[in-house]
Amino acid sequence: MARIGVFICHCGENISATVDCPKVSEVAAKFPGVAYSVDYKYMCSDPGQSLVVNAIKEHKLTGIVVSACSPRMHEPTFRRACAEAGLNPYLCEMANIREHCSWVHEKGDRTDQKAIDVVRMMVEKVKRNNALMSIKVPVTKTALVIGGGVAGIQAALDIANAGHKVVMVEREPSIGGHMSQLSETFPTLDCSQCILTPRMVEVAQNPNITLYTYAEVESVEGFVGNFNVKIRKKAKSIDETLCNGCGMCTTKCPQKKIPNEFELGMGNRPAIYVPFPQAVPNVPVIDRLNCTYYKNGKCKICEKFCQPKAIRFDQEDEIIEVAVGAISICTGFDVKKTDFFPEYGYGKHKDIIDGLQFERMASASGPTLGAIRRPSDGAEPKKIVFVACAGSRDPAKGIEYCSKICCMYTAKHAILYKHKVHDGTAYIFYMDIRAAGKNYDEFTRRAIEEDNAQYIRGRVSSIYERDGKLIVIGTDTLMNHETVEIEADMVVLATAGVANQGAEELAQKLHVSYDQHRFFSEAHPKLKPVETNTAGIYLAGACQSPKDIPESVAAASGVAGKISCLFSSSELTREPLIAFVDRIAAPDYSSCTGCFLCQPVCPYNAIEKEDIKDRAGNLIKSLAYINPGLCQGCGTCVAICKSKSIDIDGYTNQQMYSEVDALLNS
Amino acid sequence: MKLGFYPGCSLEGASREYNESVQAVAEKLGIELVSIPDWNCCGATAAHNLDKELSLSLPARNLALAEEAGLTELVVPCAACYSRFTVTQHELLHDNAMHKKVNEIIGKEYKGTLRILNVIQFIEEYIIDKLEDNMKFEINKKVACYYGCLLVRPNKILNFDRTEDPQTMDVVMKKLGADSIDWAFKTECCGAGFSVSFTEAVGRLSGKIIEDASHRGAEALVVACPMCHSNLDMRRPAMDKYNGKKIDTPVIYITQAIGLALGIDRKKLGLNRHFVPVKLDNFKPYVKKEVVVENTQIMEEI
Amino acid sequence: MSNPHHTEDNSLAGKVQKHTGVKVSRCYQCGKCSAGCPVSSDMDFPPSLLIRKLQTGFPKHEEEVLRSKSIWFCLTCEMCIARCPMEVDIPPMIDYLRGESMRLNKANPAAKNIIRFHKAFLNSIQKTGRLYEMGLIVDYKSRSLNMVQDVVLAPSMFAKGKLKILPELIKDRKNIKQIFQKTLKNKHK
Ligand SMILES: Cc1cc2nc3c(=O)[nH]c(=O)nc-3n(C[C@H](O)[C@H](O)[C@H](O)COP(=O)(O)OP(=O)(O)OC[C@H]3O[C@@H](n4cnc5c(N)ncnc54)[C@H](O)[C@@H]3O)c2cc1C
Ligand code: SF4
Ligand code: SF4
Ligand code: SF4
Ligand code: SF4
Repeated sequence: MARIGVFICHCGENISATVDCPKVSEVAAKFPGVAYSVDYKYMCSDPGQSLVVNAIKEHKLTGIVVSACSPRMHEPTFRRACAEAGLNPYLCEMANIREHCSWVHEKGDRTDQKAIDVVRMMVEKVKRNNALMSIKVPVTKTALVIGGGVAGIQAALDIANAGHKVVMVEREPSIGGHMSQLSETFPTLDCSQCILTPRMVEVAQNPNITLYTYAEVESVEGFVGNFNVKIRKKAKSIDETLCNGCGMCTTKCPQKKIPNEFELGMGNRPAIYVPFPQAVPNVPVIDRLNCTYYKNGKCKICEKFCQPKAIRFDQEDEIIEVAVGAISICTGFDVKKTDFFPEYGYGKHKDIIDGLQFERMASASGPTLGAIRRPSDGAEPKKIVFVACAGSRDPAKGIEYCSKICCMYTAKHAILYKHKVHDGTAYIFYMDIRAAGKNYDEFTRRAIEEDNAQYIRGRVSSIYERDGKLIVIGTDTLMNHETVEIEADMVVLATAGVANQGAEELAQKLHVSYDQHRFFSEAHPKLKPVETNTAGIYLAGACQSPKDIPESVAAASGVAGKISCLFSSSELTREPLIAFVDRIAAPDYSSCTGCFLCQPVCPYNAIEKEDIKDRAGNLIKSLAYINPGLCQGCGTCVAICKSKSIDIDGYTNQQMYSEVDALLNS
Repeated sequence: MKLGFYPGCSLEGASREYNESVQAVAEKLGIELVSIPDWNCCGATAAHNLDKELSLSLPARNLALAEEAGLTELVVPCAACYSRFTVTQHELLHDNAMHKKVNEIIGKEYKGTLRILNVIQFIEEYIIDKLEDNMKFEINKKVACYYGCLLVRPNKILNFDRTEDPQTMDVVMKKLGADSIDWAFKTECCGAGFSVSFTEAVGRLSGKIIEDASHRGAEALVVACPMCHSNLDMRRPAMDKYNGKKIDTPVIYITQAIGLALGIDRKKLGLNRHFVPVKLDNFKPYVKKEVVVENTQIMEEI
Repeated sequence: MSNPHHTEDNSLAGKVQKHTGVKVSRCYQCGKCSAGCPVSSDMDFPPSLLIRKLQTGFPKHEEEVLRSKSIWFCLTCEMCIARCPMEVDIPPMIDYLRGESMRLNKANPAAKNIIRFHKAFLNSIQKTGRLYEMGLIVDYKSRSLNMVQDVVLAPSMFAKGKLKILPELIKDRKNIKQIFQKTLKNKHK
């Protein structure tokens, strides 16, 4: 005979302000099989949990229903309490009367009745619950880091230094990401390359890290602790083991006028190239779309000059398979280009550039060797206008969020400009100065007070070109909303930070979710900021939302901590809520007819074929077998099985029907 | 080919040269324009400044009459009327209650079946393909295409060309052999309905427009709206006063430009009615570009 | 969706929202509208400032809005909404404010000419069904007692065949009269 306990939580006033908890408890006490029912202010608190533990022991309960918040919130809490009281944790169920009742309905009898019904359903279910044992799976102690920006570099180094293996996959020919393009960094103005390059080199030299550049993730299978990853290593047309990085090929290549991506089109590169001098690895790649040999079948000059004979024109893409236990996504972000702005000329004015282009210009190793120059005629701009929030906080353009980093880097740009053009004036059109961070506000004050940046509070309505000048028309909302017209020599748009190209495809390959702006979604905005909804897959850096370097690095170290925890034992405990195929006595062995309709629908490839043989080894029957290590309990197979041979522990058909019955018969 | 036509008050009065040029071009290319019987004024700025229902009812009466007359496509050359018509159609089709009310006010039923074309859409759909066979001259001049407000805004409703730096008129002018320049005031407001009541503002706004175009070397401004035209043409003294200099760049309708390319008589195009004389002449005779017949050779080989 | 925690909003901003759907609270005061507005320099309050005054909801500010020049100087060029990042649809809001300003007899004296012109314009249509430009100018000028300016243009307009001496009359003038009766006349007597 079932002896069920019901525990109604007030959740402070969250539930009790709307739902009559004592009444629900009273009614529940009379449900068949309920041996004990009580309501309490905070069931999740220490005394609340003790109440549960004691009641289980005292009333010899065979199952409990905690009627409170969402199971996502506190199911683990109460299952632990069960275990402490000696009851199998899977004999505990949550009835959600907060998200499903008090938060969404008005106070009243109908709401109380709904709460009562929800409790009744769970009581009926829990009566049919079975004791389950959690599953142990082995853990492969290698981490995959996707993306080699500063976030990926930090994550990889931290994990490697904790003694675990790391495989890093970077799409570009070199690691470094956007930070390698920056000139100096706020709020300290230290040189970006100087602090980043040593870390890049560390990655290359760390024996625990295997680096694949010019590579992308092709596919991912498996689950936490046991992922199988295929990596496509694109053909660089170079034998990396032979190349000594002398750079002879790049100087001899006759194709010299290809727009340089690293310089954002402000400089040129040859067809065989290393993206930037400090690149890691220092190995060139041939850009086959622009190489004369691949286009016309003639040239091979690089091959002739390559002393170690490293050029391989016939190299093909390589697929590499690796087994990893955890994955960190560090694929970063991108910025909108100037062609995104109709009112600023759709990108047709050469002297309107974006913030990243300004970084390259201000960088000593950039196309102008650190001098600020107009792209159109190379003149030094004496009046420069920065436009903050360009495309950000702009629902009309589809981007309602704040890009977070641009206020700070625009202040930095104004400072750098003043350091380089002493007699120049920088105007900054802004809406708010968002400088929350250690020494951040001080930094923007410095731009204003010491480097004379002219902040004008208002947006720019339009920019047009006339006689070589850019006419910028904005407003000063602190001055009666007057129109301000500035004849500028150059304009820098602090364009919105957006999700990186290919983020969506990668998310789909990894089965992780992303938001409407294609940024990867964290599992919980406050409590699980570096986890995804898929166990074993983590996020760090600007692939989640625009982030500055300190934040990206902190998140990356957070991920490394998480992954090190995961790798701290060689076995992983998983919830036993998985599918199984029924078994009955011979001669049928199972109601499964062996149609295998279920096999292709399983998203985790967990369904295998099991042959039943007689003693002589003759095949009697083939049955579906569900690999408990792979099954994630999604239930797709249950739905498709015609003979109803599959069930999921914890969510059996019988349990579900009893819930529905309880509702219908109320 | 028959198309519905709404001339509107300006085209029958102060801007009759626009109508003359539309008619002349249509006639030359064998397009018959059928006016809505007993049409009335669309109410222009005045109506919607003073009363929303009136501003919807006046255009709605015309639309209903056009439907009654069995018309399916309606050419509305005046950009202001076009805008009022399109906005009215949009509002009525998106607001059931208002639709009912307006039907009641006008004592007719507008179903919302008409396709409303502005002059550029009319040119794109019915004229541009016929140019090659009928052109006599190339308009070998530097021109600045001026779109004004009403053709491109509100773009959510009109959904015609891009709101900033539109291109459709430029495409037509290039087809006519003109060098249409890139300039800054394509969609800035000319002062619109303030021509009479606040001429000074028109002098400033139109003045900036004409100044930028002439500064960039435009030999003519090309427009598609009678309001823009009358401001830019008739209010030249106020504009010159604002600019502090005399600018004599003429302003022509896009249909006049087409007419000139088709070799239609200048008077028939109403070019004599402008306040700023239209001196454009010496056009280059148009030689039809021979289509290279590569295909025939291949055909023969096969 | 209306917020159940809020009671009905009787402020001018509330009325604007009710009648035009324009929610002034969306405006974050970036000023882009004012920067692009061709007549903001003629206005006493550029569009974004006008909105600010509606946002506060202080009676003093609402009064300033209804008595402002701004609402009459707006050309309905739609530049503001074309560029507003928050899609605050200013022109219909201003149309509504003009109506309120007239209804409450608060129209700014500087708008006299503009209102007269609109009235003369509609008057012309009401009588004939179409715009009679000659009549309009005479009517407007007699209303505004400002004969000098456009009288200069009229003779040359005649000469160029741009002004007709007689108005054009449409047939169903009863219909037009009825439309005016049911709209404008009904409200502003
Ligand atoms: C103009 C500008 C100035 C800035 N200035 C500063 C500053 O002064 N101080 C500061 O703190 N921050 C600054 N930032 C912010 C800084 O750039 C970011 O915080 C930092 O780059 C984020 O690092 P990340 O590793 O997350 O991303 P990223 O730097 O974007 O790196 C992502 C990496 O992942 C790779 N990748 C992407 N997709 C894939 C894929 N599918 N497979 C494999 N690899 C992939 C990319 O190639 C790249 O190498 C600035 C940003 C901008 C735009
Ligand atoms: S073969 Fe290609 S990469 Fe090599 S030198 Fe020639 S163009 Fe350059
Ligand atoms: S960080 Fe500053 S400039 Fe960037 S979007 Fe946010 S408020 Fe605008
Ligand atoms: S542009 Fe829009 S958001 Fe900006 S001030 Fe004007 S109405 Fe407000
Ligand atoms: S519609 Fe009115 S407020 Fe808006 S920009 Fe034009 S004139 Fe200014």
